[in-house]
Amino acid sequence: MTSELDIFVGNTTLIDEEVYRLWLDGYSVSDAVALRVRAGILEQTGATAAVLQSDTMDHYRTFHMLERLLHAPPKLLHQLVFQIPPSRQALLIERYYAFDEAFVREVLGKKLSKGTKKDLDDISAKTGITLKSCRRQFDNFKRVFKVVEEMRGSLADNIQQHFLFSDRLARDYAAIVFFANNRFETAKKKLQYLSFGDFAFCAELMIQNWTLGAVGEAPSKPDSQVDDMDMDLDKEFLQDLKELKVLVADKDLLDLHKSLVCTALRGKLGVFSEMEANFKNLSRGLVNVAAKLTHNKDVRDLFVDLVEKVHLGPQFVEPCRSDHWPLGDVRLFLNQYSVTVHSLDGFRHQALWDRYMDTLRGCLLRLYHD
Amino acid sequence: MPGKLKVKIVAGRHLPVMDRASDLTDAFVEVKFGNTTFKTDVYLKSLNPQWNSEWFKFEVDDEDLQDEPLQITVLDHDTYSANDAIGKVYIDIDPLLYSEAATVISGWFPIYDTIHGIRGEINVVVKVDLFNDLNRFRQSSCGVKFFCTTSIPKCYRAVIIHGFVEELVVNEDPEYQWIDRIRTPRASNEARQRLISLMSGELQRKIGLKVLEMRGNAVVGYLQCFDLEGESGLVVRAIGTACTLDKLSSPAAFLPACNSPSKEMKESPLAHPPSHGCRSTHNSPIHTATGSRLTQNFSVSVPTLIYTGMGSGSAGKEGGPFKALLRQQTQSALEQREFPFFTLTAFPPGFLVHVGGVVSARSVKLLDRIHNPDEPETRDAWWAEIRQEIKSHAKALGCHAVVGYSESTSICEEVCILSASGTAAVLNPRFLQDGTVEGCLEQRIEENLPAGCGFCHIPYDELNMPFPAHLTYCYNCRKQKVPDVLFTTIDLPTDATVVGKGCLIQARLCRLKKKAQAEANATAISNLLPFMEYEVHTQLMNKLKLKGMNALFGLRIQITVGENMLMGLASATAVYLAALPMPGGIQIAGKTPSDGSYEQHISHMQKKISDTIAKNKELYEINPPEISEEIIGSPIPEPKQRSRLLRSQSESSDEVTELDLSHGKKDAFVLEIDDTDAMEDVHSLLTDVPPPSGFYSCNTEIMPGINNWTSEIQMFTSVRVIRLSSLNLTNQALNKNFNDLCENLLKSLYFKLRSMIPCCLCHVNFTVSLPEDELIQVTVTAVAITFDKNQALQTTKTHIEKSLQRASTDNEELLQFPLELCSDSLPSHPFPPAKEHLESARSNSGIPAAQRATSVDYSSFADRCSSWIELIKLKAQTIRRGSIKTTVTVEKASPMGEGNFRNRSAPPCANSTVGVVKMTPLSFIPGAKITKYLGIINMFFIRETTSLREEGGVSGFLHAFIAEVFAMVRAHVAALGGNAVVSYIMKQCVFMENPNKNQAQCLINVSGDAVIFVRESELEVISTQQPTANCQQSCAGGEVTT
Repeated sequence: MTSELDIFVGNTTLIDEEVYRLWLDGYSVSDAVALRVRAGILEQTGATAAVLQSDTMDHYRTFHMLERLLHAPPKLLHQLVFQIPPSRQALLIERYYAFDEAFVREVLGKKLSKGTKKDLDDISAKTGITLKSCRRQFDNFKRVFKVVEEMRGSLADNIQQHFLFSDRLARDYAAIVFFANNRFETAKKKLQYLSFGDFAFCAELMIQNWTLGAVGEAPSKPDSQVDDMDMDLDKEFLQDLKELKVLVADKDLLDLHKSLVCTALRGKLGVFSEMEANFKNLSRGLVNVAAKLTHNKDVRDLFVDLVEKVHLGPQFVEPCRSDHWPLGDVRLFLNQYSVTVHSLDGFRHQALWDRYMDTLRGCLLRLYHD
Repeated sequence: MPGKLKVKIVAGRHLPVMDRASDLTDAFVEVKFGNTTFKTDVYLKSLNPQWNSEWFKFEVDDEDLQDEPLQITVLDHDTYSANDAIGKVYIDIDPLLYSEAATVISGWFPIYDTIHGIRGEINVVVKVDLFNDLNRFRQSSCGVKFFCTTSIPKCYRAVIIHGFVEELVVNEDPEYQWIDRIRTPRASNEARQRLISLMSGELQRKIGLKVLEMRGNAVVGYLQCFDLEGESGLVVRAIGTACTLDKLSSPAAFLPACNSPSKEMKESPLAHPPSHGCRSTHNSPIHTATGSRLTQNFSVSVPTLIYTGMGSGSAGKEGGPFKALLRQQTQSALEQREFPFFTLTAFPPGFLVHVGGVVSARSVKLLDRIHNPDEPETRDAWWAEIRQEIKSHAKALGCHAVVGYSESTSICEEVCILSASGTAAVLNPRFLQDGTVEGCLEQRIEENLPAGCGFCHIPYDELNMPFPAHLTYCYNCRKQKVPDVLFTTIDLPTDATVVGKGCLIQARLCRLKKKAQAEANATAISNLLPFMEYEVHTQLMNKLKLKGMNALFGLRIQITVGENMLMGLASATAVYLAALPMPGGIQIAGKTPSDGSYEQHISHMQKKISDTIAKNKELYEINPPEISEEIIGSPIPEPKQRSRLLRSQSESSDEVTELDLSHGKKDAFVLEIDDTDAMEDVHSLLTDVPPPSGFYSCNTEIMPGINNWTSEIQMFTSVRVIRLSSLNLTNQALNKNFNDLCENLLKSLYFKLRSMIPCCLCHVNFTVSLPEDELIQVTVTAVAITFDKNQALQTTKTHIEKSLQRASTDNEELLQFPLELCSDSLPSHPFPPAKEHLESARSNSGIPAAQRATSVDYSSFADRCSSWIELIKLKAQTIRRGSIKTTVTVEKASPMGEGNFRNRSAPPCANSTVGVVKMTPLSFIPGAKITKYLGIINMFFIRETTSLREEGGVSGFLHAFIAEVFAMVRAHVAALGGNAVVSYIMKQCVFMENPNKNQAQCLINVSGDAVIFVRESELEVISTQQPTANCQQSCAGGEVTT
């Protein structure tokens, strides 16, 4: 006796969260059954293995049918075939588009192309996430990317509108799309200590301040056709950043800056002497990062530069960490360092400085941890 | 010329891509009614076209309005080649034809294609202007209301129940016409869908005419079926009960007639009582028909049971002159009718007087090959024959009417089994005629019939019993005689006194049969039938005893014929009726007492059986009050009677009576084990596993013994097909396979629905079919309804609760100021009720959480939470905040942090345009009141595929199709302005596959009543608003913290 056909269709579509998770994690039906058995479900419910098998198959079939709709979440809302309460629809979408931290760190900043897709085998082997799940996550990134790529307006809002994500998930996806578009390097060993959350935080700041869409900040061409693109960095702004070099190139300006900062922070900073001794290096590092952003390739290395030494000397994050500045001190210093520039009479790029430094300061503080 | 149909095509959405080059579609719509067709403009390059068409107007006869469906076809415009069809929508406009139902049909309909399934949706508005018709000779019957519901619909009152109406129409099946060889599968499927739609329209119109003739205005319990007879044609037949209904307009009027709305659930099973005994006939001897008839209309049908001395007018001793009078009157009311049948299963109070028992008739027919669509007489004659038989059986039981009546067929190749069954009953004439005759009689009826047991009293003469049965005095009123067991096809009457809870029982049976042709085949089948029926009955009886119960309701015996086997499946809901005697146990008797180990084995089995009975009694809470023998009076002296029915065919079973009954109760039921078969039977008795704790199941409308339903419902359909290994199939192996199939299916259902515990599967409806030689298909449709365990406790311990409640309110008053004191004293039980509720509440919601089960419906989960939070508040307002917090954590444990999702993503999801439509096979919706019936839903779909593997194999194919059928039903209901379908039934699910060719085809026919319901909580806004608001706050609080 073999079961040829075995189905269960409810007027309200039954969604078993546990099975959904297993399906999303890319387990085959038999693996999923084994995992459910291991979780002790048979004992809890008194069911037989055959019942569990049939139940799992059934849920998998349902999910398979839902998958097509999940690719365009508004369709899930308006379709008539599966009657699913709104809260469950939200759950389905949210879970489907959720991603593993380990996976996202692997592909963050990479081009979402066929080439990367081929590497998914390796990522799967490395992270222990099933290839199926890797593919789903990768395809999700790519799908969202494709949909919002050409759109105007806020990146996160666009994503939320077209995929019905929660705020949090929409912001995460905005970061992923932003990183993929700008191809920021995140895979270097030095950057391994950083979490996706760190990068997402930085991405948000950059989107807010450094992109073409950054509100009213674009100094010229306010009505150009690309003026509200959230995905690309404002090229003109990056070009202008070269002007900041004067802060370290002009000896007087540098000395004045240093003395002002030191005066303000004396007695307030636990690591005052280190700061005082290193001020020029620190300042040089911060300004040089800005000056380097002219070239695409250097833009990609932004995070590496922020963390790592480059030929100009010790850069910011790393030195501070090796000296174990307390986070509070770093914050105090950065605040003072950037505010004080306003008192430098000879410096004419105040607005540019703020646009650059406010974001950079936020990023640095976020990146400054073990 | 009385009608103008107006149609407007508004828009489409989610259309499929028809032009690969542009990934878009140039869609337009054809609207067809009768022979008139309109077209919209082509909406270029869009998957979401906005046609916003003008109003297309069709001027038509109302006859056509009734027969024809509105046909909407969506096409893709193609400049160079033929336009491609995207799909179709058929809209039955019947609901617009009577004033009280829907006034407009407007909404999104799935665009359906028989090859591709649903392909996008289309928004349509349909209206009808009806002119007054002065033609007395009209052929239409606009205005007659149809209901699938087998009781008087909730917002109506029955003025007169006229009785049986039936009709059938036949046609050639397009699938078998010569043209089918040259047309596409799609064209053939569509021709079939359209034809069936037309035929059911015609059928409904004709039935409507009959109703008008009877001066009725509605058909209740309308059941329409298709017989796919293959080459010989397509039969659409329908039966129903004609009534004159009065709309209960205001809620005030509603109250007196049907109890208060809050008790609506109770009232729903309005119904009727049991009957006892089972009587059925088979037609085994071959009809000696004339030679020519034999080939064309071979019929095997002769009633076998003839009862002696049952004059229909004869009065029983007990009943005295009154009974006779009653009988005479009823008779006069019914005699004018050809068939005093009622398709109702639940009745207005007082309608049902006595119940005799189940009557059934079957007949085996050979489908004639030559078929003339214009002459349905053959089929009519077949059914008339069967109905006559039913009528005579009822008479033999001293009854003049048959209630809970239904008809069915099973067809395999050219053999067809026609079956009819119902419950013989004596009815109160009051409802049957306009008559003002009674008056005094009515009063007497009420005086004479004690509530809760009257229906159990035998309607027949005890000295001339139509079949052997134990009679005793009624355990309730002690005045009249009752049988020892009662079998019926109706729902449990509301006023029936039941002990404990009921349960679903099934008898399952397979019999191998040689493959044969034509007459030989029909003869073989008709020879097998009596044995099957006998065995089904024995199994039912054994299982009933094993449950410790004494009556069956909703009995449905289905016999299915296949190429090489016959299957029998009987389902019923067993209950313990307080009026009937306590069932005796089951005794096992071995044949060869000599062998020691054998003896031991027997006694071991005996013990197992006794244990099972004891366990079941506990499980179903069957503890009838002990009654001493003296009060009951001695059992009626009985001629040495066999304790089972239908004995006649089976010689061997006669021995039973000669067995020694000395141990145990006198009326113990004896199972004789004389061969391995019998051993198997006993074993199979014990293999039925009871549902897991927290689950109940029944096949009636509601579960006897449970009355505190909560609002969560989940209707579902489950289908299984198994392939038998063809090697050495024996009856036993077959039985085991079939038994396992059904049991596993039930187990799967319990597992799937575990998140709803405590819940009850109601209206469990099994259908068996044998699509091929080695395939068995079982289809189940049922609804799971949650109920409140706590309240159940309350009702059983009402007085205790009350006193506790009083105590707690007392405490409250005392403790208004010393709050701290109260928190201190909490552990030392000053408020036992509060604690109890907390605990039970925890365990309640703890179950789903712990099991990580599928949760079906959030809102109702929240409802449940809120209801127990409310309870806690009510019972123990003195509990300090700390303990309320525990309830919040419980909620945290509830499936996932729902609160989070809701809070975050509510905005994007809130704009969903899809309204929820509930579906249920029951005639009511728990916790809600039906305010309007919008019309009957009767839909027929065909789905076919030539890429079975790509669609996920047979399971994927059928799963998707059933989901689509549900979707189309819901869309039609929503377009009528409704939010639920009640009395939903899947009448047919014919599945055929050809895996080698990668093909499959499925036909599904569903029906139900579209309604608008309003939640009771919304009705009683004033009384509940405050507590609800409070508790929503606390719920919300809980969610935010998660």
